[in-house]
Amino acid sequence: MSVGSPPKMAPGVGPPLWLLLELTYRCPLHCVFCYNPTDFAAVGAELPASEWIRVLREARALGAVQLGLSGGEPLARDDLEPIVAEAHALGFYVNLITSGVGMTEERIGALKHAGLDHIQLSFQDSTRELNDFLSSTRTFELKAKVAELIRRYDYPMVLNVVLHRLNIDHVGEILAMAERMGAQYVELANTQYYGWAWLNRAHLLPSRAQLARAEEVTRAFRERLGAKMQIYFVVPDYFETRPKACMNGLGTVFLAIAPDGMALPCHAARMLPGLEFPNVREHDVRSIWYDSAAFNHFRGEAWMKEPCRSCPERQRDFGGCRCQAYLLTGDAANADPVCDLSPHHHLVTAAVAEAERGGAAGASALLFRDHRISIAVEPGRGAPSAR
Amino acid sequence: MSGVSAAARPAIAHGMRLQWEPAQEAHVLLYPEGMVKLNGSAGAIMSRCDGVRTVADIVADLERTYGAADLTADVAAFVELALERRWLELRE
Repeated sequence: MSVGSPPKMAPGVGPPLWLLLELTYRCPLHCVFCYNPTDFAAVGAELPASEWIRVLREARALGAVQLGLSGGEPLARDDLEPIVAEAHALGFYVNLITSGVGMTEERIGALKHAGLDHIQLSFQDSTRELNDFLSSTRTFELKAKVAELIRRYDYPMVLNVVLHRLNIDHVGEILAMAERMGAQYVELANTQYYGWAWLNRAHLLPSRAQLARAEEVTRAFRERLGAKMQIYFVVPDYFETRPKACMNGLGTVFLAIAPDGMALPCHAARMLPGLEFPNVREHDVRSIWYDSAAFNHFRGEAWMKEPCRSCPERQRDFGGCRCQAYLLTGDAANADPVCDLSPHHHLVTAAVAEAERGGAAGASALLFRDHRISIAVEPGRGAPSAR
Repeated sequence: MSGVSAAARPAIAHGMRLQWEPAQEAHVLLYPEGMVKLNGSAGAIMSRCDGVRTVADIVADLERTYGAADLTADVAAFVELALERRWLELRE
């Protein structure tokens, strides 16, 4: 019996069912795999709460229903609570995506009262040493305390750990930590190479053997814990031969609003050249979603080049990820080079081969997400050179 | 007949939310970072699962509302599936 399905785009353009508000790029952490733009320091002033609330109303009227509040660290905004309250009153399911830094008993109580539905807490590792090293902060114990608050305030316990070469061998310990904390959902998200993670790719891409071991450990936990703790293992797509159906195709279900009000069909899309992304300060959400040139650009198939244009799989993966195509090939309309039908697939296999040889050896220094570095790095494609 | 008793009182599972979405013309089930769009019959059953009514009450209500007969097996099968997927839980 077919009783439910993930929401699919209607013929034509469906509503932006999933709304992500990146309330701020400010963050007390300095994670080496952050997907925020590397030039975040150059992004303009944050929207005030009154503007966020207008965006919520306009998006909800179009049918948006899942709401992510992220950043940066959304708790860095002291007006988070009224934003949550409005979202809840409008009927959104409200997810807070946080490092936990800034969470106190007082704030979690206020957020619960405001109607927050769910908190996703990120950890960098199962050990204090690596957690604190990877985020360049002393936050491990604080996060453990926040996990306790999440349980006490009767939220589902949802942990997110970004995996990469430096922590993927700790998957067993990470899952054991999650089990001890009573996690119901654990997302083991292998790093996707955008933003800061792109700059640091040579340090972060794991070897195949590491990946295989991590998957084996995950399988054993799944077998033992079943539905009690659901584990999502997001495979790093560099190891695949077909691309991910990124965002279900740009401009079909997902709408992100950056701290400065820029509307994006994917949180990494700001770097794509040649597109003028509209700003909610100047346009209403309806015209942005349905009418703007930037949101219509990658809808449908007219933008595709070969081999995507004539590919029988083009309606399954939509040519993969536009940002990845741009970062790796310099042209966002190319096939995602993860696909082994792409003439640029060797760029991905070369990066994987480099990881097999030991990764960071000889690479540039590991760059921590940092305001000063953000000012210094040039926006756009930047680093990797496994070409 | 299935494993779900007619006297069981199903409720929307903890941490899940069911609501009608006009834009999708459907009931949707919302949970952490996810959403399931329910078809008409699933929505009709789920929207009656309030932890107070029994499966037998829900069957009777649906039969009355839709002028149908013999919905017991269908409803029980759906409730079982929804319990398995943790969309529903049983209240004592």
